[in-house]
Amino acid sequence: MEFKREIKYESELDKDFAHWITSLPAGEKMKECIQCGTCSGSCPVSVYMDYTPREIIGMARMGFKDEVLKSYTIWLCASCYNCTVYCPMKIKITDLMYELKQRAIREGYYPKRFTVPVMAKEFFKMVRSAGRSTESYLLLKTFLKSNPMKLLSMTSLGLKLFKSGRIGLKKEKIRSQKELNTILDSILQEES
Amino acid sequence: MREYSYYPGCSAKGLAKAYEASVLSVFQYLGLTLHELEDWNCCGATFFNDIDGYLAVGLASRNLCLAEKRGLDLVAPCSACFLGLLKAKDKMENNTEIRERVLKGFEAAGLKYNGTAKIRHPLEVVINDVGLDKISEHVTHKLEGLRIAPYYGCQLVRPYSDFDDPMYPVSMDRLFHALGAEVTDYGCKTRCCGGALTGTVEDVGLRLNYILLHEAQRSGADCIVTVCPLCLFNLESYQKKINKLYGASFNIPILYFTQVMGLAFGIAHKKLGIEKAIISPEHLFATV
Repeated sequence: MEFKREIKYESELDKDFAHWITSLPAGEKMKECIQCGTCSGSCPVSVYMDYTPREIIGMARMGFKDEVLKSYTIWLCASCYNCTVYCPMKIKITDLMYELKQRAIREGYYPKRFTVPVMAKEFFKMVRSAGRSTESYLLLKTFLKSNPMKLLSMTSLGLKLFKSGRIGLKKEKIRSQKELNTILDSILQEES
Repeated sequence: MREYSYYPGCSAKGLAKAYEASVLSVFQYLGLTLHELEDWNCCGATFFNDIDGYLAVGLASRNLCLAEKRGLDLVAPCSACFLGLLKAKDKMENNTEIRERVLKGFEAAGLKYNGTAKIRHPLEVVINDVGLDKISEHVTHKLEGLRIAPYYGCQLVRPYSDFDDPMYPVSMDRLFHALGAEVTDYGCKTRCCGGALTGTVEDVGLRLNYILLHEAQRSGADCIVTVCPLCLFNLESYQKKINKLYGASFNIPILYFTQVMGLAFGIAHKKLGIEKAIISPEHLFATV
């Protein structure tokens, strides 16, 4: 038998990542986390996560970048805000999850056809270019790129929704797209 | 007569057409005028926040600029929109970096933002601006014997809104009592439906909705009534799949709270979008 070290030592952690997350407006209070686990206990999906929200906070503030960004946890957060409301240290955990998802998407930390980021990106593209989202096209585009079988399983539901007029082929869009572009382009410029 | 600006949100033009129809009908019936916000854009929902937090605030708060110009309170029925707008307003107030960047964007587009728009949910509007006593007086078809599981979901009550308790709200319960209905003791009233998870991570999404349906049935409810397009979609559209997966036999109608109000006021079913339901609630109102 041999001992295998599975934990990381301090020198192997990503200090920049730890610094980044704890300097965000949503992350400043992370340093005060007492690891009580109220977030995990109140989370309706923590039982399906690889790391609980409490573990994610503990790991992220120490610099376990790969473990955190590769975790299933961040994609399961459905933004129910239970943790945010219950946290005794008033840490905005849901907002932290958004920051982690953004970073994971920016740096490509997800399997290529994984539906959550695919849908987020399709939604973003659609709203960025039309000002509104059209549910039928969002679902169509997302599942064509991530999970075409899901579309098949939704045919009968889709037909019912189509018949009752709840989904259609008309694309929603705004008239002031130019104005919206000016606003969003300016914000992006400031960011870079 | 009271007037408001109205923010429909994208779902109102698609999956949640029945929500829009019933909100408009009920408000008109109560003498409340809604003016649709001219050329409103998407609130960003949750997905825009997965991509870029700054752009999400810029996107949502353009609507707040439009509402300010009109000067009326902004009524947003969809929970995701309601939260998205409140969140943008909160960030504009409390995050200097975001505010400065977004204000520069508005300046470039010739828009003004002062942060004066008041964002409100129709549930709170009917309770506070009309009042439960007045609502009772309007009832022509008392909903006697109807047992409702009131489902508030997440984003109406958490984390920003302050008109009700974030974990155990009672506004809808009180409203349904005023309409003559019974309200069941529904322990899951603010438990998450998973939002988009039914589409993205299906097994988890279905499990969450199974729990909601199961608990509603156990509480003795005839139907679940909600305030959110996505909650309604999840609870209604996936019942067949859930039945298959869990060997259950749910056939629970899911309604918007404004549809229930309209039924008690005797408004024609068509004007409330009742016929758009996949699981018809008609049998519940045959005796009403």
